[in-house]
Amino acid sequence: MSVADDGAAAGASILVNGSKLELIDRGRGRPILFLHPHIGLEPSAPVFDRLASGGRLIAPSHPGFGRSELPATITTVDDLAYFYLDAMDELDLEQTLVIGVSLGAWIAAAIAIKSTARMSRLVLANPVGIKVGDRETRDILDVFAMLEDEFNEKAFADPAAARRDYRAMSEDELRIAARNRESAARFAWSPYMHDPKLRDRLHRIAIPTLVLWGASDRLIEESYGRAFCAAVPGAKFERIEGAGHFPHLERPKLFAEQALAFAALNSRY
Amino acid sequence: MRVYQFTEQPYFPAWPEHTGSLRVNLPNRKQDPAVAADLLHRYYDEWLLADELGLDIMINEHHSTATCMSCTAIVALSVLARETKRARLLVLGYPIGHRQDPLRAAEELATIDVISRGRLDMGFIKGVPYEFPVSNQNPVGVMERFWESHDFILKAMTSHDEPFNWEGESFHYRHVNLWPRPYQQPHPPVWSTTGSRANARVLGEKGYVMATLGTGFATRPLFDAYRAGYVAAGRPAPGADRFAYLGLVAVAADEAKARDRAEVVASYLRSSAIVAPQFRNPPGYLSIEDNMRVLRGETRQRSKTKDGRFVDMHGGSVQDLIDAGIMFCGTPDQVYAQIVEFCEYCGGMGNLIMMGHAGPMSHEDTVDNLTLFATEVLPRLKAYEQPRAEAPAEV
Repeated sequence: MSVADDGAAAGASILVNGSKLELIDRGRGRPILFLHPHIGLEPSAPVFDRLASGGRLIAPSHPGFGRSELPATITTVDDLAYFYLDAMDELDLEQTLVIGVSLGAWIAAAIAIKSTARMSRLVLANPVGIKVGDRETRDILDVFAMLEDEFNEKAFADPAAARRDYRAMSEDELRIAARNRESAARFAWSPYMHDPKLRDRLHRIAIPTLVLWGASDRLIEESYGRAFCAAVPGAKFERIEGAGHFPHLERPKLFAEQALAFAALNSRY
Repeated sequence: MRVYQFTEQPYFPAWPEHTGSLRVNLPNRKQDPAVAADLLHRYYDEWLLADELGLDIMINEHHSTATCMSCTAIVALSVLARETKRARLLVLGYPIGHRQDPLRAAEELATIDVISRGRLDMGFIKGVPYEFPVSNQNPVGVMERFWESHDFILKAMTSHDEPFNWEGESFHYRHVNLWPRPYQQPHPPVWSTTGSRANARVLGEKGYVMATLGTGFATRPLFDAYRAGYVAAGRPAPGADRFAYLGLVAVAADEAKARDRAEVVASYLRSSAIVAPQFRNPPGYLSIEDNMRVLRGETRQRSKTKDGRFVDMHGGSVQDLIDAGIMFCGTPDQVYAQIVEFCEYCGGMGNLIMMGHAGPMSHEDTVDNLTLFATEVLPRLKAYEQPRAEAPAEV
C-alpha cells in the first residue's frame, strides 16, 4: 500500500484444478512461494524483485483475490491450503522457501501442518490464524469495523504513505481492490482472523521456521506473534523495526534479506 | 388496496444523546427499561387500534439500535396474533440472511400463522448491512444463504407426509417435520423487498409480493422489472396486489397541522441513517460493481420527484419528501389524491405500508393520524380501481 501501485498485472497465470491462478513468476533457482496478506498482492511492490534475486519467486493472488478465479468449493483458509498443496504439485516445486504475511502466513501455516513435503523453510511475518486470548479478548483489532484511514493508522508504521487514491485508479484496479476486500471477509470474517484448531496443530511443522514481526503493528500485540512462534517447534522470532503489519511493504530490503538469509542457513535439508 | 400500519417501535428518548451513531454501538445504558416498557405497551395499543380501524399491520426488526425496539419480529407477531381480531400481520421483514436457524424460523412463522388463523404475510429479507457486525453472519455470500434459507422454510412448510433431510451449503438438518404446520395453504404469502432491477425480476419470476422503500417516482422501473419476470414465468401481467410501497403518512383536518405532523413522521428517515460509518458497508454485502462505485466516491441516488429531481431521503424537507412520493401529507382529500397519483404512476400498487407513527409522535397524535386516515382515506382507497400495467412505462 505504500508503493505507487500502477496496477501492473502479476504477469502470468497457471491452472490449478482447472481454476486460473494469477501469479508473479520471476527469477531463477530455488523456489520461493510468497503468500500475500488480506489486502492483496500488489505486484509492483519492490519486495518482489528483492526476493527474486534469491531464487525463483512464485507469488500468486489467492483464489478470489486480484485476477485469480474463485472455485465455488473454496470458502475457508483450509481450502486455500489444500489448493496450494495442489498448486505446488502443479508447479513441481521442491525444497521451497514459503513466505507468508498476515493472512498469507495463516495460509502458509495451514499448508505446513498438512504437508511440508515440498517445503524446506517457512517464514511467517505478522501471522494471524490462531486464538491466544480469552473468549472476551479480541486478539486482532476488527479490520472489518474500521475505515481505511484508521486501518492505515493501526497497520502501518507510516500511515500517510499507505493512503490510496481510489479516484485515480483504473476500472481494473478498482475491481481488484473490491475483490480483495470481499475475499478477505470470505476467509476471515468468522471465526475472526483465526481457525480455533490451528494453534494445537502447529506442532506438526517440522521444518525450520522464522517468525518475523513488524514491530509497529498496532492491529496485533507482539505477544500474539510470540505465542504463534512458541507453538511451532524450534521457531525463531525476529522483529523488524520501522514496519507495521506489512513489513514486506514498509521494509522490503530488510524483509527480503532476513527471509533469504534464513533460507540459506545450513540444515539437514 | 390494503393499508398496513407500520411503526419501528422507536426508543426516541435516546435519540438526542447519540454521538454519531444510533445503531450498533450506542450503549444500551441510554435506555431506561421502565420507559421502554411504557412505550412498547403504547405501541401495541396503537396496533390494536389499527386492527379495530380496519387497517392491517406490518412488523419489522432491527438490532442494537435506538431506532427500533423490535429486535425480534416474532415477539411482536406473537403478541398481535393473539390480541388482534382481523388485521393481516405482515413481517417485512424477517432477516433470514442473519438467522442461523431457518428451522426455528419456519416453526415460529407456522405457529403464528396458526394462532392468527391464517393472517400472516411472510416477508423475507437478507438484512441491513450494519447488522452483520451484530449477527456475525458473514456478509459474503448472504444472498446464497438467503435463498437456501428461503427454500428450506418453504419446503418445511409444505412437506406433510414424512420427515425430510437437508444437507445444503449453509444449513444441515435431519428429520424435518413441522408441528404445527401453517394454517394458510400451501404456505403464508411470501413478500420481499428490493432496490435492484435484477432482484425485482427474480421476485417477479417467483410471483412474490415485492415492496420498495423510498423509491418514490423512481419506483416504476423496479415494478416493470418485476412485471417482466412475472410474465416471463408464463403468467399474464401481475395485478396491483403483487406490489407494495412504504410511504410515510401525515394526515390532518387542515394542511398546516398535517405539515407539523409530517415533521415528526419524517424523523424516521432523519434518524435511520445515523450509523457509525465503519459499519455501513461490510465487505461482501454489496456486489463488486457496487463496491467499485463506493470506492470511486459515487453514491446511488434512488429517490426522484415527478419532474426528475433527486431528493435526499434522509435529509430532504417535508416538501421534498412529498414531491418525491416518499411522504403522503395533507388533508384527507390531498392524501387520497397523492396516493392515487402514485398508484397510477406505478401502473398499480395494491399494498400501502403506511408509516403512521414515527419518532417522538405522541399517542394522541398517532391515534388522530390513524383514525383520520382509516375513516376518511381508507374507504376511498378500498373503492379505488387500480390500473394493471402490461407494458413498461415510457421513459
